[in-house]
Amino acid sequence: MPDRLKRINPAHTLLYLILTTGAIITLIPLVWTLSTSLHSARDISLGAQTWIPTPAVWSNYREAVDILPFGRYLANTMVLVAAAEFGALVTCSFVAYGFARLDFPGREPLFLILISTMLMPYIVRLVPLFVFYGEIGWLNTYLPLTIPDLLGRNAFYIFLLRQFFRGIPFELTDAARIDGANDFRIWWTIVMPLAKPVLATVAIFAFQSTWDDFLGPLIYMGGDPNLRTLAVGLYQLKNTPGGDNLMPYLMAMSILTMLPVILIFAVGQRFLIRGVTMTGLKG
Amino acid sequence: MSGLPVTDRTYSGAAIAAPTRTPLTWRIRKYLGFVFISPWLIAFLAFDLIPTASAFWYSFTDWNVISGSSNWVGTANYREMIEGDRLFWPSVRNTLYYVGVSVPLGIVAGFFLALLLNTKIRFQGAYRTLFYLPAVVPTVAATLLWIWVFDTRNGLLNRALGVVGVDPIRWLTSPDYSKQALIIMSLWSIGGSMVIYLAGLQSIPEDLYEAADVDGASWLSKTFRITIPLMTPTIFFNLLLGIIGSFQVFNAAFIMTGGGPVNSTRFYMLHLYETAFQDSRMGYACAMAVALFMVVLAVTLFVNWSSKRWVFYS
Repeated sequence: MPDRLKRINPAHTLLYLILTTGAIITLIPLVWTLSTSLHSARDISLGAQTWIPTPAVWSNYREAVDILPFGRYLANTMVLVAAAEFGALVTCSFVAYGFARLDFPGREPLFLILISTMLMPYIVRLVPLFVFYGEIGWLNTYLPLTIPDLLGRNAFYIFLLRQFFRGIPFELTDAARIDGANDFRIWWTIVMPLAKPVLATVAIFAFQSTWDDFLGPLIYMGGDPNLRTLAVGLYQLKNTPGGDNLMPYLMAMSILTMLPVILIFAVGQRFLIRGVTMTGLKG
Repeated sequence: MSGLPVTDRTYSGAAIAAPTRTPLTWRIRKYLGFVFISPWLIAFLAFDLIPTASAFWYSFTDWNVISGSSNWVGTANYREMIEGDRLFWPSVRNTLYYVGVSVPLGIVAGFFLALLLNTKIRFQGAYRTLFYLPAVVPTVAATLLWIWVFDTRNGLLNRALGVVGVDPIRWLTSPDYSKQALIIMSLWSIGGSMVIYLAGLQSIPEDLYEAADVDGASWLSKTFRITIPLMTPTIFFNLLLGIIGSFQVFNAAFIMTGGGPVNSTRFYMLHLYETAFQDSRMGYACAMAVALFMVVLAVTLFVNWSSKRWVFYS
């Protein structure tokens, strides 16, 4: 047995070979995108693309940002992100405290309903909500994509937070209660600081899913060109006539919209993976 | 610190505090939970329950936001789906094909990758990060990237295939390859499920493998006799999520092909989207949404029921 670990093992070589091939296949489309974004439009349409562009046309990035009202789209996206973050970190946490630490009639059935909303196809709500928003004048405003989040509609975040809150020892909160703290205080001053890891997880999820959302902003806000998000704006750019000539710009914009999520992933990988696995194991 | 016995005691937190408290605060405290869950409760009623219930109601009407009609038509919408709408069944077939191929492939590939990465190798963290990376790339950016990879003339894939002498394939403009293209793209992000499998694999007790080593079991037999049986709950979870998610495949097809060519990527959701937001036939769209809801519910219940036969809960 010990010999197997020391010598070069053919099974291990095969393992590295498969993994490295897989990693290269996974990575290559991203490298290709980056390479495209640094070519001139002319080179691309002539099929003269090489892996390493010489010279690298960095001006594509500046021009891509100018083709679209990039700042405007970024601002719109950030409004939605801000609402999602507040909803996830404050409202969902508040609700999760109720489910995790308080006893009230009907808690278990209500929690079951909460869980089941995660499995419901969102399309069923989509059409009636679209018409409803139209009737109350919410279409082409930020409201359809901020108010539900601010009210803590996201069952998944509530679920994750509740799981964590349940694990906090009750001695800690009981001690505060004896000192006269009420549940609002206990939630804010004891549970919230202890929950930083899971709050980080939820914050990353909220950022990613809001940044990624396409159908919501397209349907509810897409009618007003000033309210496009980055995802919708990028899609519109692709649909512009002559989109083929825009390929380097499209790829530059794609890289730009990927950067924040990849950066956050790099920094918060630990929290993200923990969140993903929490979902899996509780299934 | 084991929280369990403590949890049981304080779950009815009011009960232990009761002797020192007056009955009035006891009674108020009993309903305090509602204050905490009230934001969600309001959101659930306004943005989940009422819209879902109205979808059921509207599915029996000819509700059209352009013509303004909204009459009770009984089951006409459902009958139209089954025998009137010539694009309905193609969209169902496309979706089933997509679910039937991409979900099993994704599970096998994701599980296999997790098995490989669960061995004691160097750079394990780096590999894991790399494979997971596509799962965080925003959908629209990922789709644009793949449109370019699939480009018939200058795309990366056809260039690579050209090296080994394969003629250019019209990935996105031929009905024979369009679904395959979307499936290939979906496999790019198997890193998401891989991470879930990895967590499951790491929770398998090491002593089981040690016992098997004593018996001289091979890697293969350990995989099939220990790993896979113990992983069935996680596989089950991914299967369910995969099926539900793939039934609702939309973004990639909408951006990449718009349902074409020749309706070969017109998936159920795409057909529903066009019915509602281009034809403004909200009643019929609601009927389609309700039908999808029923199918997802049935699949969930079926997978759940059948899991009793093959899922191993320790």
